[in-house]
Amino acid sequence: MLEQNELKTFNDAVLPHLDAAYNLARWLTGNDQDAEDVVQEASLRAFKYWKGFSGRDARPWFLAIVRNTFYSWLRQRSTQPAVTVDGELEEIDDGFPNPERALLQNADRHLLQAALEDLPVEFREAIVLRELEELSYKEIADIASVPIGTIMSRLARARKRLQIYLTNAATRNLP
Amino acid sequence: MSCRETKDLLNAYVDGELDSAGSLGVENHIKGCASCLADVENLHALASAIHNGALRFNAPKTLKRNVETAIRKANPEAKPAYFNWRWATAFASIVLIVAATWTITTQRAASSQQTQFVNEIISSHVRSLMANHITDVASSDSHTVKPWFSGKLDYSPPATDLTDRGFRLVGGRLDYIGGRSVAAVVYQRSQHFINLFVWPSSTGPAADGEGEMTRQGYNLIHWSKSGMNYWLVSELNLAELNDCARLLKE
Repeated sequence: MLEQNELKTFNDAVLPHLDAAYNLARWLTGNDQDAEDVVQEASLRAFKYWKGFSGRDARPWFLAIVRNTFYSWLRQRSTQPAVTVDGELEEIDDGFPNPERALLQNADRHLLQAALEDLPVEFREAIVLRELEELSYKEIADIASVPIGTIMSRLARARKRLQIYLTNAATRNLP
Repeated sequence: MSCRETKDLLNAYVDGELDSAGSLGVENHIKGCASCLADVENLHALASAIHNGALRFNAPKTLKRNVETAIRKANPEAKPAYFNWRWATAFASIVLIVAATWTITTQRAASSQQTQFVNEIISSHVRSLMANHITDVASSDSHTVKPWFSGKLDYSPPATDLTDRGFRLVGGRLDYIGGRSVAAVVYQRSQHFINLFVWPSSTGPAADGEGEMTRQGYNLIHWSKSGMNYWLVSELNLAELNDCARLLKE
């Protein structure tokens, strides 16, 4: 009986966020099948930890589990250590010509997707959580287990990269 | 605040993550700094491109069922939660079709005159954000905002406080749309500002009944009630803006 209630409260609180979970996993893994596997594995983990969850909002909690599941999955299949990108990019931040606003505004889905996929994974997850899931810096910092300042700088650099990517893509396409 | 300091804060500023002192510092700086202002505009442009880019991946229809099955298998002592998938899917499809048809119909009906009018609404919204002139009277108290309008307009717009419903009343402003002065009531939802433009149906620009649309990255919802036209505009997502509209119609 206890488990039955537990399953019901879990289903009611967590499963509505499967779309958000899938979106994050899909952006992190880069393909449908792996995204599904990660979400499924994360859901199992989430149910296991559900008794210990006492927060108000299950969405960031669940997304943190999805993210951690993704990184364990990544470690399992890759022998290379995860690259930390914080601290890079300083050199190209300055001196890059200002992107044109119209050009950013008119970027189509295809190009934006390519630009996002081109980002290092830490930057990509920050952008996805911020722009697509509309989480606060605090929530993103909790999910990624880093200080808020790190999220702030990842977002700034990620956006700079996106702008550069979109500007370069548009320049290449000029006749 | 120096340019260097400001540049470090611009992302947090655009994301609505700065405290009021920080926001004020950035706003004061960008008033006199074309470079930082351009950065802010580019960040807005990028954000709206991402929001309009339909970049979310939708979970496959089978995912929820697969997850439920996996959890049940791993926890055989837990009983399945009752839920009829077939009906839920059928119902969701109908809702989707109706919504899509309705959106297409509304968009087709839009005349060029309306387009121009919509552009005016959006411009007013953007101007109010860019020029840091979102309100003439700043108050979360409807008893302050409502009387403020009465001295300036020949009608009385509603200024319902929706703070406890998730939409904070920020204040009011006089604006000029379609050749007449209109009331702009301003709400805030997380970092997003919402402008509600109100004017009497008989005297202002035609609002063409009810509808919703997305233009240039902004969502707009409009309706008419008791002889007044209402236009809501914001960069807030359409679902939440619809919540706001529903509360205002109550």
